[in-house]
Amino acid sequence: MMRRLLPLIVFALLGGLLYAGIRLAQTRDPNEIPSPLIGKPVPAFALPLLHEAGRTVTDQDLLGRPYVLNVWGSWCPSCRIEHPFVAALAKTGKIRVIGFNYKDEGEDALRWLGQFGNPYEFSLVDRDGRVAIDFGVTAAPETFVVDAQGVLRVKITGPVTPEIISTKILPLAEGSR
Amino acid sequence: MSARHARESASPGALAVEAPRTRVRALAGATKIFAGATLALLMSLAHAIDPMPFKDAAEEARFRALAAELRCVLCQNQSLADSNAGIAQDLRREVFDLMRQGRSDEQIKTFLTDRYTDFVLYKPRAAGRTLLVWLGPAAVLLAGAIAVAVIVRRRARAAGTQLPPASEEDW
Repeated sequence: MMRRLLPLIVFALLGGLLYAGIRLAQTRDPNEIPSPLIGKPVPAFALPLLHEAGRTVTDQDLLGRPYVLNVWGSWCPSCRIEHPFVAALAKTGKIRVIGFNYKDEGEDALRWLGQFGNPYEFSLVDRDGRVAIDFGVTAAPETFVVDAQGVLRVKITGPVTPEIISTKILPLAEGSR
Repeated sequence: MSARHARESASPGALAVEAPRTRVRALAGATKIFAGATLALLMSLAHAIDPMPFKDAAEEARFRALAAELRCVLCQNQSLADSNAGIAQDLRREVFDLMRQGRSDEQIKTFLTDRYTDFVLYKPRAAGRTLLVWLGPAAVLLAGAIAVAVIVRRRARAAGTQLPPASEEDW
C-alpha cells in the first residue's frame, strides 16, 4: 500500500517545493544581492558636487541627520521612471534626499536635471564608479538610507516606488521614532 | 589558368561552361577572405576583457584566472571575465588595481565579498553553508545509487526463485 502511494507522496513534496519557490520569487527579487554593508558605518567617501565642482563633501560632513542617497545617471532609463517618486519624497521634507551621480558626464547630468527637475539637495559626483563599488552598487538606480549616526540602514536596488518609500525609507526619517 | 582553359577548349559550349566556373571560383575565393576577416574580427571581440596594461604574461594569467572565478554582479550568469556590463568593466579595473597594489588573490576576493557578499565568488569557498553546494550533488548521487541497488537486489531476490519455463524454442 505504501509503495503504491510513494510516487504520489514524492510528487506532492515536489509540488510543495515548487509552490514555495514560486511564492518566494513573488515576494522578493531573486536577483537581488543582500547588502553586507547594512548595519555598518557608511563607506567613507569624499566626492565633489555636481553643481560646485570645487566643493567636496565627505561622509563625515553628513553626520547628524538621516539622509537618502539616490544613485542616478542621465543615461539610466529606470532613473527617469523613479524620478517623480524621488521628487515627491524630497518634497515632503521629511528626510534629506541627496543625489549620487554615477558614471555620468557633468554636462549630461546637469541637462537631465534641468529637463526633469532637480529633487536633490545636492548631487555627489562619482565619475568612474570607484566609490560606488565601496557601496556595493551593481547598477542604477539604487537607493541607500543612512541614519543620523552615519550607519547604513537600507539598500534598495532598482527604482523606488511609493510603497518602498513608505515602508522602507520614511520609517527612518528623523522624528519618526 | 581557367581563362587559358577556356581559350583552349574546342567548342563554344565548353567556353560557356568554363566562364561561369571561373566566376564561381573567384566568388568562392572572395567569400573565404571575407569570412576569414569577419572571423578574425569577431575573435578579437570574443574576450570581453578590455585591454589592460599587463606587465607580463604571468600577471595576465593571474588576472584572467581571478576574473573567471568571480561573478558579474549584474549579469549573474556570467563570470567577471565574460560579462560586458558596465559594473563588470569597473570591477575588472578594480581587481587589476588591487593586484597592482600587491594584494593576494584571497585579499582581493575578500575585498569583493565585503561589498557584494559571497555571491560574487563564482566558485564558492568550501566552508559552512557552501559545503552543501560542494558535497550535495555527490551525496544525492550516492543516495540514488543506494536506492537503485536496494531495489534491484529486492527484485532479483523475488524473481530469482522463479526460473523461466524451459521451452523447446530457445532463442
